[in-house]
Amino acid sequence: MIKLFAQYLVFPGLLFSFFIGAMGFWLERKLTARFQYRVGPPWYQNFLDVIKLFLKETILPQGASKIMFILSPIISLSAVILVSVMLANNYFLNKSFVGDVIVILYLLLIPSLFTILGAFSSKNPLALVGAAREIKLMLAYEFVFITCLIIAIVKSGNSIMLADITGNQILNKPNAMSLSGAIAVLLSIFYAQAKLCIVPFDMAEAEQEIMAGTVIEYSGPLLGFYKIAKLMLYFSLPLFIISLFIKVRTTSTMSRYFIFFLIYALIIFAMSVIKNINPRMRIKDALGFFWFLLFPLGILGIILAQLGL
Amino acid sequence: MKLKEKILTKSLWVYHLSAGSCNNCDIEILDCFTPRFDIERFGIQLVGSIRHADVLLITGAMNKKSAKILKALYEQAPRPLFVAAVGICPCSQHLFKGNYPMLNALDEIVPVDVYIPGCPPRPEAIIAGISKLIDKINAKKQETK
Repeated sequence: MIKLFAQYLVFPGLLFSFFIGAMGFWLERKLTARFQYRVGPPWYQNFLDVIKLFLKETILPQGASKIMFILSPIISLSAVILVSVMLANNYFLNKSFVGDVIVILYLLLIPSLFTILGAFSSKNPLALVGAAREIKLMLAYEFVFITCLIIAIVKSGNSIMLADITGNQILNKPNAMSLSGAIAVLLSIFYAQAKLCIVPFDMAEAEQEIMAGTVIEYSGPLLGFYKIAKLMLYFSLPLFIISLFIKVRTTSTMSRYFIFFLIYALIIFAMSVIKNINPRMRIKDALGFFWFLLFPLGILGIILAQLGL
Repeated sequence: MKLKEKILTKSLWVYHLSAGSCNNCDIEILDCFTPRFDIERFGIQLVGSIRHADVLLITGAMNKKSAKILKALYEQAPRPLFVAAVGICPCSQHLFKGNYPMLNALDEIVPVDVYIPGCPPRPEAIIAGISKLIDKINAKKQETK
């Protein structure tokens, strides 16, 4: 029992993935600052931000649906904890079960879904605009990510178990070394970008036009829950990409961790490069980009994967 | 209890209200986030919503219309909240004093924690004002303790 709690709250769960995610987000902020010839925040900045949010007051807006408003950050956080425990269990401890790829896919939907519900329940017009944009964006990026998943599944010989997908890569070579795998890595980095609301796809939380969009009415600890969920997604989405496509054969536990952190930093670097050379897209352009450019690319990837490329 | 203030002062999130300013002070505030001054290294961020803010930054001479907005914003913000007045206009109303849409003074509407005078204040002056605000937050809590 204690071991189970420790699993969810300490090692692959809350504390571990929050720590790694906060460091990843710091790396992104620091890289952004260096791109702009600034110094950037110190490494502990994200921890201070989260702790500060828990020291502040929470305000329930008048006329809001209170139960939904309070529950949605908590449910998104718990879904993200589940995702990161499942992914880290597979990657670091070799534990997996049949169909977990599908479970992770729908658990990854829950944070966005409850962000939308929380925004709707807060009764703020700007939050409604943000939620509407998030819905449209979800329709765009989930399609693309499903094609990436299909590529990984086809590559591993039609298995929907994460352990088989990673195990197949250890036996042969990482999926990213082939043409279809490389396409899938590219697409899933765009997916992670849109899921995390980073710049070219941050229209749901656009600070300059709709203030803070979906989270505009949240304050104090409830905003802190959202913040923790987002920082943990900074850990679990790159981990998902790594375990689907870039799992490298390692000899010892130490080298397994070392290679993970190396590839993780590379993915964060790629995301921050995309962030810093692009302006925010309009929602119409983002939909067009995902549906008419990336989705056909994904279909092409599936065909290539079937052909064994 | 001192730890709480230390954490708060190292991650101040700022909400910027332009209450009828001439835009000069607004530009100087944005200058603080540019490479030369870069106050993000102290953990200071501009946020979009007043619900996320720790500091309410006011520029511009306060007139009767924007006073209503300021009051509403001040009441919507989660506590603890600190108010900073940037520029000579919110400090003393400058050359708009006695004009027909003006109220008497800013601190008759909301309590002000730090005044940063100047027309516009230089980014160095704004940073000095912020460090005074941080000192004030730390000192105030020690007194009450």
